[in-house]
Amino acid sequence: MAKVLVVTSGKGGVGKTTSTAALGAALATAGKNVVLVDFDVGLRNLDLVMGAERRVIYDLINVVQGDAKLAQALIRDKRVPTLSLLPASQTRDKDALTDEGVARVIAELKEKFDWVICDSPAGIERGATLAMRHADVAIVVTNPEVSSVRDSDRIIGLLDSKTEKAEKGERVEKHLLITRFDAARAGRGEMLNVEDVLEILSIPLLGIIPESFEVLRASNLGSPITLNNPVSAPARAYFDAAKRLNGEALDMTIPSDRRGLFGKLFGRRAA
Amino acid sequence: MKLIHFFTRPRAAPQPRTAPVARERLQILLAHERAVSGKSDLIAILQEEIMAVIAKHFPVDSEGIKVKMERGEVVSTLEVEVEIPTPMCPSFPLPAKPALAEPACAAGVAEAAQTGS
Repeated sequence: MAKVLVVTSGKGGVGKTTSTAALGAALATAGKNVVLVDFDVGLRNLDLVMGAERRVIYDLINVVQGDAKLAQALIRDKRVPTLSLLPASQTRDKDALTDEGVARVIAELKEKFDWVICDSPAGIERGATLAMRHADVAIVVTNPEVSSVRDSDRIIGLLDSKTEKAEKGERVEKHLLITRFDAARAGRGEMLNVEDVLEILSIPLLGIIPESFEVLRASNLGSPITLNNPVSAPARAYFDAAKRLNGEALDMTIPSDRRGLFGKLFGRRAA
Repeated sequence: MKLIHFFTRPRAAPQPRTAPVARERLQILLAHERAVSGKSDLIAILQEEIMAVIAKHFPVDSEGIKVKMERGEVVSTLEVEVEIPTPMCPSFPLPAKPALAEPACAAGVAEAAQTGS
């Protein structure tokens, strides 16, 4: 049974697109059929993070309006054959996305894929509510920082009221993904720790992604972190999160890139 | 700089722990914001349910019902205004002297209260 997953946050710049790409690639390498749908009309970036920016011909709005068939707009990933991308439009207005059109496209994607992952735009406007509309599962991406936590709280409220499931009296399965976490700073009391954020938002934790230079390195190259450097700390955290999404019960750890003296002396070539 | 200074140089003062402040500010803020958004939901639910009840007896549209809550220091008021097109409610003819209707009703309530006690 296909699942529709929305990656959302309220606040911009917390890592929605990075997480969408990383989790999508992790699920696809585990053998699932995955499609990533960019809902950020006018400010699309998932194509760029995925390294597919030069392969975009048709987009979500073309499909919603019937100007292109779904198969024409889907971009198959060159690295992982079970991973596809449905890009957003860069030029069109987001009002071109109709409720019925989006519902039809999502229904069609559910027939073809195991996971339909919707990358939400920032904010709480129409684009964000459309992205979460048909979700079965939601990932709320949060940085351990006051404005991000506040906006996540707001988004959790919307997931409980504005989604199709909520309107039918059912619940969207919600997960918290803490990104850009710095364990050392949290330990020194300079950054909200995981328990603080969990207590405030009170939704189950899917994973903790450590702050890492590797994330920027991967987006520079147009490759999800889980493909670009699968052994890096953030990639390992995303792989664990993807396994949890598939129902595996794993101990919650914060992977680290820190090496011991031996690793520092001899491990450089491996990086 | 003499070598001894390298070892005796005062270390930077430890930074104050700011995360507990962040946590407390968020807890207070979100408690307030959740209460406010909860209230506006309640109004929407009330409006829907009141409309459902009235719609059983009169044809009303969603525009015809206004629900407003005002929060006061001691007492809060819930104001419900329902507009019904007059020709639609023949079973409730307009009283000739509306001023009379109220005392009669109030007397009825007073009687009921007395018989009850």
